[in-house]
Amino acid sequence: MSNQSGWKPDMEKGATSPALDAPGLGGAVRGLVHEEPLLFEHGSKGRCGVSLPAPGAKAADDLPAALVRGGIEGLPELSELEVVRHFTRMSLWNHGIDTGFYPLGSCTMKYNPKSSEALARLPGFAGLHPLAPAEHAQGALELMYALERALSEIAGMDVTTLNPAAGAHGELTGMMVIRAWHAAHGNPRKKVLIPDTAHGTNPASAALNGYACVQLASGADGRLHPDTVAAAMDDDVAAIMITNPNTLGLFESDIAEIARIVHARGGLVYGDGANMNALLGNARPGDMGFDVIQYNLHKTFATPHGGGGPGSGPVAVKATLAPFLPLPVVVKEGEQYRLVTDPKERPRTIGRIHGFHGNFGMMVRAWAYLRELGPEGLKATSDLAVLNANYVRASLQGDYNLPYQTDSLHEVVFDDTAQKEAGVTTMDVAKRLIDHGFHPPTIYFPLVVHGAIMIEPTETESKETIDAFVAALKAIAEEANRDPEALKASPSKPFRARLDETRAARKPVLRWTPGMKV
Amino acid sequence: MRYHPHTPEDVRAMLDVVGKKSVSELFRSIPTPLRLQRPLQVPPALDEIALFGELGRMAARNVVSHPPFVGAGSYPHHVPPTVDQLLLRGEFFTAYTPYQPEIAQGTLQALFEWQTFVCLLTGLDVSNASVYDGATATAEAALMATRVTDRSKVVISAAVHPAYRDTLATYLRSTGDEIVTVPFGADGRTDLAALARAAEGAAAVIVGWPNALGVIDALPEAAAIARKAGALTVAVTAEAVSLGLLQAPGALGADVAVGSFQSFGNSMAYGGPAPGFFAIREKYVRQMPGRVCGATVDKHGRRGFVLTLSTREQHIRREKATSNICTNAGLCALASTMHLALLGRQGLADLARLNHERARLLRDELGKVGVKPIFAGPVFNEQAFDVGDAEAVVARLAKRGLAAGLPLARWFPDHPRARGALLCVATELHSPELIQLFAKAVKP
Repeated sequence: MSNQSGWKPDMEKGATSPALDAPGLGGAVRGLVHEEPLLFEHGSKGRCGVSLPAPGAKAADDLPAALVRGGIEGLPELSELEVVRHFTRMSLWNHGIDTGFYPLGSCTMKYNPKSSEALARLPGFAGLHPLAPAEHAQGALELMYALERALSEIAGMDVTTLNPAAGAHGELTGMMVIRAWHAAHGNPRKKVLIPDTAHGTNPASAALNGYACVQLASGADGRLHPDTVAAAMDDDVAAIMITNPNTLGLFESDIAEIARIVHARGGLVYGDGANMNALLGNARPGDMGFDVIQYNLHKTFATPHGGGGPGSGPVAVKATLAPFLPLPVVVKEGEQYRLVTDPKERPRTIGRIHGFHGNFGMMVRAWAYLRELGPEGLKATSDLAVLNANYVRASLQGDYNLPYQTDSLHEVVFDDTAQKEAGVTTMDVAKRLIDHGFHPPTIYFPLVVHGAIMIEPTETESKETIDAFVAALKAIAEEANRDPEALKASPSKPFRARLDETRAARKPVLRWTPGMKV
Repeated sequence: MRYHPHTPEDVRAMLDVVGKKSVSELFRSIPTPLRLQRPLQVPPALDEIALFGELGRMAARNVVSHPPFVGAGSYPHHVPPTVDQLLLRGEFFTAYTPYQPEIAQGTLQALFEWQTFVCLLTGLDVSNASVYDGATATAEAALMATRVTDRSKVVISAAVHPAYRDTLATYLRSTGDEIVTVPFGADGRTDLAALARAAEGAAAVIVGWPNALGVIDALPEAAAIARKAGALTVAVTAEAVSLGLLQAPGALGADVAVGSFQSFGNSMAYGGPAPGFFAIREKYVRQMPGRVCGATVDKHGRRGFVLTLSTREQHIRREKATSNICTNAGLCALASTMHLALLGRQGLADLARLNHERARLLRDELGKVGVKPIFAGPVFNEQAFDVGDAEAVVARLAKRGLAAGLPLARWFPDHPRARGALLCVATELHSPELIQLFAKAVKP
């Protein structure tokens, strides 16, 4: 079996090109990958990349001179082609799902459909003003209403808000709803229980709500045990935040019992829905005892991650929590849709959490994806995501240490124990994977696994791609024993070698300035 | 299913390797009572042709035939097609957060450029890599100010966008910090006497630039009051094109500038996504929320970029982080960066002046039919007019396919002139002919 690129690590030994050693910029070329200065470092005075009507000479002569500024020093002066080349060249330094396999655990880097992009750009969606009269926005409201219904059904919940702009924003919103519910019952309570496998956003979202976080240890099998929860549970606990399957890719099999323990003392159960891809059509958080769960549409519903956003983090809740959801809310009255924005109509709402109604553009993409899949397609998505992860697990067992033997769902976590003797770390393995043409998995997370390598292949990857990825990881395991120093020097293929992160943090250079030095 | 590559033979071969007889067996860690035993009740699958038919039908129900005359936090602007065609490069839009900098230099350099644009336009030292939107940026700014000053009172002008103020109130309800709202005067600017009284002991003084009434607020005066009280001045800008004409908030005394860059490169999209921006003076960098990109070198000494100062962030600091934000608005920030690169020095200055010119034309044309501005203060491209009955005008023009503006009574029901007040915007998309048509339609 060959790796994706056909490139072998020893092909480059001794083959240093002058461009590789060149310290600076200024048009150095390696193959057809170009160096490209910052926007502010090229161009020429007087160039412009837009075509606009010219304003009159006195366009702003009515404003007090002290409030007005002239042309802003430092802004680029580039032609349209210069701008096009600038960004096209920079794009070639990036790895995306469209480029190759991207098995970043807990991030669900599945294919982002092109049709969803085209549909989100229909003028009726993209060109609609958020405060347009309701009769001008019936199609948008219909879509939001339908998406809300579908997301409620998929989660096994009663009502969903689409307002949160990302997963962590959904967590914050969900915890605000929990806090408001408790406050309405006389006491917002003080603590939130969070397992040690949780995403960092969970404790951060709880803390923003004024809660103290109590960390719960997961068991030797990687799962949370009812005894642990029972021991920590008291009348000061507002909620437990659980990711299910957890960040080790393991289903919390005792979830129903855990929920019972928390509910018995008046607490609520919050679900981090980052791993919903494992459950679509196979199981529903609402049926397991969860009261609240947030989605990440940019994970489960294939909207693009865009190099760090935008996301969309709808929050689904049980009916008892519905009155507390943020505004606005889409309602259907007869055949007409309307946004409820007035708190007088929803006196128990937590209020607004976004400037408008959330990331509508992401909702269109998610709805397009959901409509193309239908109920069978949604279930097949989780079936195949789980099959792919288990296939990776079975194929790599023996080459890498598997710290937990419990059944995996949509992702699998290995570590670098087997490479330790050769002095090779998870970081070295990850960087060498880049040379083989793959994006590395999530590494050093979850924190409970020392040197974690967290692989989430997703359902959109073929057996051949996974075979090639497995072959690369096997080759790296073999190389670790044979030539660990070569691994330490990786990656050697990409546009930049290992970057000095310590220097970046010690001497922060966070923007361009004239004559900027790094 | 075109997104699922597995043939029945693939599934069989993979199950053999896994050592299972069926896919269902892979789910045995989920107790049977928790397994869903029926198909999900969601609409049936559609092929691509039917999908475009169905979503096309929904899109066609929305009326977008003319550029809206409503702004109020989301602004109609011309986005050169160059932006979207570059944005659709899969290397950009299908990448994740740049956790592996060696293979994410495109995203990282663009973030560094975004941060530079934000600093140049706001006149501040440091920008983060974006936040969700202008409303949450305002809330994050207030929270940062409480950390910096160790105070718990936030003073905000009533003329800051009401949805931003509401979001701030929602965020601060959980932290127990106090919000004092200061009224605006007859000129549409923040009441400075009231501000001076409220600012004592405050963590932050928050004003719009321009404010939500379209008025160029008294930022330098507000900043002087804040400085005297030991509070941070936060300037909020929802219409970022104004920064191409108006003095930079940092140059007028703001310590923090936040808001939305939707106007650069992003469609209105019924309110999102659009990039929130967050800029500060350098001394607050350790308290800044969100990701930030920094320059460094690789092991050959070549310049490159990485995410840095991450010890502020949730994935390292967990409950002690400066914010819970993780995913931000990266691709929207990239769109803004591309649009600003095309505009450049001259283009931005021209665009901003053109917007102001069109707003003056709107005022002149409405003046010809006897419709006058409500507030006396200077404006950028948005202004409130007394149209008699604002809701009636909106309803009447909606029937003609025009979004006429925002009736200010929805925001300020108690304002003495609220009933007649209609907040209208004019941008480069509103041609002189359309503006004339609009004015005649407002007062036939």
